[in-house]
Amino acid sequence: MSRKLPHKDVVIVGFGWVGSIMAQELTDEGLEVIAIERGPWRDTATDYPPTYDQDELRYRIRHELFLRPDQTTFTFRNKMNQTALPIRTWGAFMPPNGVGGGGVHWNAETWRFLPSDFVLKTHLTERYGADFLPSDMTIQDWGVTYEELEPHYDRFEYLCGTSGTAGNLQGQIQEGGNPFEGPRSRPYPNPAQPQPFSHTLFGKAARELGYKPFPQPSGNMSQAYTNPLGVRLGPCTYCGFCEWFGCGNYSKASPQTTILPVLIRKSNFTVRDNSEVVRINLDPSGKTAAGVTFVDTSGEEWEQPADIVIVSAYAIFNAQLMLLSGIGKPYDPLTGEGVMGRNFTHQTISDAVGFFDNTKFNFNPFIASGSIGMCIDEFNGDNFDHGPHGFVGGGYMGQVQSNGRPIETTPVPSGTPRWGAEWKAAVRDNYLSSVKPGTGVHGSFYSYRDVYLDLDPIYKDRFNRPLMRMTIDFHDNELKQNAFLTDRFAEIIQAMGAKKVDKEYRQGPYDITKYQTTHLCGGVIMGTDPRTSAVNRYLQSWDVPNLFVVGASAFPQNAGYNPTGTVAALAYWAAAAIREQYLKNPGVLIHA
Amino acid sequence: MPRHSGASGVALSTLVALAFCTSVSPRAAEKQDAQDFTQIERGRYLTTAADCAACHTMPDQKQPFAGGRPIETPFGVIVAPNITPDRETGIGTWTDDEFDAALRQGKRPDGSRLYPAMPYPAYTKMSREDVQDIRAYLATIAPVHNQVEPNQLPFPFSVRAAMMAWDALYFQEGEFRPDATKSATWNRGAYLVQGPGHCASCHTPKTVLGGDKTEQAFQGGVIQGWFAPDLTNDKATGLGSWSAEDIVAYLGTGHNASTAATGLMAEVVERSTSKMTKADLEAIAAYLKDQPAAGHTATAVQATDPLMVAGGAIYHDVCSACHAIDGTGVPHLIPSLAASPSVHSTDPTTLVRVTLSGARSVATDQEPTAPAMPAFAWQFNDEQIAAVLTYVRNSWGSAAPAVTAHDVETKRVELKTRGEH
Amino acid sequence: MRLRRRDFLLTTAAILGGSHIALADSISGSLPWEPDAGIPPERIKLGSWLYFTSEEARTVEALADRIIPPDPATPGGKDAGCAVYLDRQLAGPYGSQHGLYVKPPFLKGLKQQGPQTEDGPAQVYRKGLAALNRYSSQGQDGKVFAELTGERQDEILKGLESGKLQLPEADGQAFFEALLKDIQQGFFADPIYGGNRDMVAWRMIGFPGARYNYRDWVNRHNERYPLPPVGITGRPEWTPKKS
Repeated sequence: MSRKLPHKDVVIVGFGWVGSIMAQELTDEGLEVIAIERGPWRDTATDYPPTYDQDELRYRIRHELFLRPDQTTFTFRNKMNQTALPIRTWGAFMPPNGVGGGGVHWNAETWRFLPSDFVLKTHLTERYGADFLPSDMTIQDWGVTYEELEPHYDRFEYLCGTSGTAGNLQGQIQEGGNPFEGPRSRPYPNPAQPQPFSHTLFGKAARELGYKPFPQPSGNMSQAYTNPLGVRLGPCTYCGFCEWFGCGNYSKASPQTTILPVLIRKSNFTVRDNSEVVRINLDPSGKTAAGVTFVDTSGEEWEQPADIVIVSAYAIFNAQLMLLSGIGKPYDPLTGEGVMGRNFTHQTISDAVGFFDNTKFNFNPFIASGSIGMCIDEFNGDNFDHGPHGFVGGGYMGQVQSNGRPIETTPVPSGTPRWGAEWKAAVRDNYLSSVKPGTGVHGSFYSYRDVYLDLDPIYKDRFNRPLMRMTIDFHDNELKQNAFLTDRFAEIIQAMGAKKVDKEYRQGPYDITKYQTTHLCGGVIMGTDPRTSAVNRYLQSWDVPNLFVVGASAFPQNAGYNPTGTVAALAYWAAAAIREQYLKNPGVLIHA
Repeated sequence: MPRHSGASGVALSTLVALAFCTSVSPRAAEKQDAQDFTQIERGRYLTTAADCAACHTMPDQKQPFAGGRPIETPFGVIVAPNITPDRETGIGTWTDDEFDAALRQGKRPDGSRLYPAMPYPAYTKMSREDVQDIRAYLATIAPVHNQVEPNQLPFPFSVRAAMMAWDALYFQEGEFRPDATKSATWNRGAYLVQGPGHCASCHTPKTVLGGDKTEQAFQGGVIQGWFAPDLTNDKATGLGSWSAEDIVAYLGTGHNASTAATGLMAEVVERSTSKMTKADLEAIAAYLKDQPAAGHTATAVQATDPLMVAGGAIYHDVCSACHAIDGTGVPHLIPSLAASPSVHSTDPTTLVRVTLSGARSVATDQEPTAPAMPAFAWQFNDEQIAAVLTYVRNSWGSAAPAVTAHDVETKRVELKTRGEH
Repeated sequence: MRLRRRDFLLTTAAILGGSHIALADSISGSLPWEPDAGIPPERIKLGSWLYFTSEEARTVEALADRIIPPDPATPGGKDAGCAVYLDRQLAGPYGSQHGLYVKPPFLKGLKQQGPQTEDGPAQVYRKGLAALNRYSSQGQDGKVFAELTGERQDEILKGLESGKLQLPEADGQAFFEALLKDIQQGFFADPIYGGNRDMVAWRMIGFPGARYNYRDWVNRHNERYPLPPVGITGRPEWTPKKS
């Protein structure tokens, strides 16, 4: 039996980037807001100070800042006819945990999606014809356009102090930026970060090959910055301990370094940590959310009533909470009907590792920020003619190497034994003179009928609730895309002057042990039709109008970029819809 | 309300027991007189400027002015009394004169003496009118029934009569007299600093009995395990390198280009100075900038000294992550170790303390970031802390006495005793 | 009060290598902070083995020296402390799969579904080391692994790696993969964990260690970084020389 807490205007489930943005926006509206977070409170000096944050074993290998699988995990299989087995330790992705969520330990790569990404189905069909798309591909338009999201991308970038070089200012293409990006209303708030040697070399080689390289947009500060909320960030020190780690010196944008200092001072805001929401409660009509029920660390169950429920956890957990709460029709891959769990996607990542003459090249790979790097965007989205290639989608590519941490980044040329004297010598001889971007090719992952989420029939979590089951595999379209992109990428690494380039293509089947990014998307997708989407263009549940499900869970398919910029833009977009429309007239915002 | 501040449970030395007239309703706000409203508002502001809450409100701020906060004094710990209008446990029955006598003469209604943890040696400079304004405001706050036994001192200090001797030695009664040769701004600043602001309570060094060493006024003193720094115009240890604007920014926001408030001063900024008017802060700055320099001199520790060599290595490897390789920090975010006066204080108490235990700077509406320094007690031994602090005190053109391993060891023990380390 | 929560953490020693038990809390008003906040790492203590038997330890040291052989410039896995590292890891949360999902059923899956064994690393090593020594002492070699020649040891390891050599009652290939990963991780991890003694691995490759500020070097292209490595607990130069 749960104990009932005092009523709030808004309850937020999951307190990462989206939860923080929603809380900041809705408290500004005067609403009483409580956020409930499964993991612990986290802050700079207490959880990842620069005194011991540089501990590769603890943070990177043993996953200090991530969810513990014994708290909850997923099951995984490639195909519907296989038995899904639990992910017992993280591999392909690393679900965040704790206040700040993934915003604590991301690399801070702060991209916008292309205008065409938001109208993908329409765009590709118009350009190549419906027959060009694989028959089981289930891509959709988002229901929101780039133009509509632009002011919200802009807000997030100015919140974060994103460092970058604009490529398209109000339609004018800018030298040194990404010429393929959608028009932006104003420049980045900070200039691009300076680039270390190998990153600079990549830019030079790409330019010589006829590409238009540009610095990766970065949430690591190129200089000290004060954001519009008055919160200050310091300059990045290129420590090389960014992704998987928190930032110890206030120079990486995170909820902690951009929003929380202001939000926590508001008398109409509270956050509960170490508390896991187990279900969204509906009133007897089933059409209105009454609040949520959560369990704290002592096992005590609490009911938090609220007028508005915002679900803003990690994408898969958003889908799981909806399914466990019985909201929305579960997706059935056999009939293609139902929405909850539909269009689950990830990313298609590969790499090319370059080995250089160590008497001529010294890259000091340990000098880097999380989103350092020079990139090209010629092969992303539909920036190139896919006609001759027989696939759709693409990705950015670049020398985006963020570290020289020795457990993770001691590459040896292919053909070298994995151990013994020869391995040891190769590690020694190549460490300073190799280029290992890690995620050199950052490709899209489009949606398919048989890639989806549902509740596992066998495995349970600590509360005896079914784990989420992922059914996911690479389709030919993504593998073809990856082979093409990886080859283009390797050409640039070669042109940097490498004596040897090892291509590391992404190959099927999808492997849960091989890290690919943590960009799991979909499951509670947005759209214009309640038969094929779970939330409308304002991220409002079609079934329960006082429920908003915000995050990468809303992506109908994943583009060839890191998702955080778009996730945050959607959060501001949804918050604006609540502030400007919903509160004036609570109820359905879009009549289907 | 902040739940987390002031975890130490001890407070600044400030004010004590106050009075209220028995003949009127304790709810002065019930009177609909506009004059009263003005007086109450003035009183509220002066109560903030005098930072009465620093001692009389517990850190959780749940019961404003209900007392209960322990205050360290040279005689032992005393507990700040309840100054709400509660008639039994507060000051609801005090008369105007009794209230005035408490603040300006250090006398209780029964004629016995207050302990100088209550800064009546400063409040005596206030005008009777200002004191009555404070009283008018305090009469409007919610009465709280909270019995506080302030006197928990050991003999002989438990005998309040002993304070008569103290007063004879150290207490100079008398209202502030403006200096006609100075500007109105200067005089306003002098009044605020000497009177309600009671800056000397912490920033003037004390005798063993807790009296001001008046010949060293504002040259800095140890209080509750912190060193309240030199407020004179000494270029190295005091405000000599600060402009008036730097002082205003510091008091108003808790941060300026070279430093950040933490510890007890963070509380002062949070509850008092950040809520004062810009004009008053400018007045304080004008007065402080017109004070002489303490004239502290120190010979720089040689760069080749083993402490400096080791300290330099530690600084570059660790501290430079935030404070920058050249010691300049990040203005308004990370203190500049090259410029911050606290770094070069004659007494390294604060420096050692924040290095051992870490510190969070104050959050204000203007500067909400409140960055924190991590604790280093686990990482460095006493000798290493001594080395790195000696290095930061003697680099980038500065000079200050070396910090010794013994200083650090003493501080570790002290913090442990305080239950803070 | 949050402060109590941290105290709880420390006093109950609920700190198991990064897996911290924390109490639910409600936070508002100001950013939580208290003196001495944080959960710094603990330096391993040298001394007797915590997990390995002396026979196991001897075997692991021999294995560590084959995976990372000594050379004139850099010690091998044994002298770098990789066996000590592994011993402490197996005695801690890593060895017992603390924090991982260990609920049954343990079904045999496809390789891409990841490990599905009930045994944690501690058991994998216990069984694997015993099986390795059984193989070498009861088979043609007639001696425990540590007593074999380097060439013969390498031959056995290659057999395990390729899967051509099967160990009695243990998955030799899985054992080898765990060993390879752990020994190399211990070699490159911060010295506080027992391996990478005196930062030998970092010196070998030119990694400057737990530094946090390269602002002075980011624009210095193709120039060797001049400062020596530093560990979380420092480097020799942190201690003032006696004058």
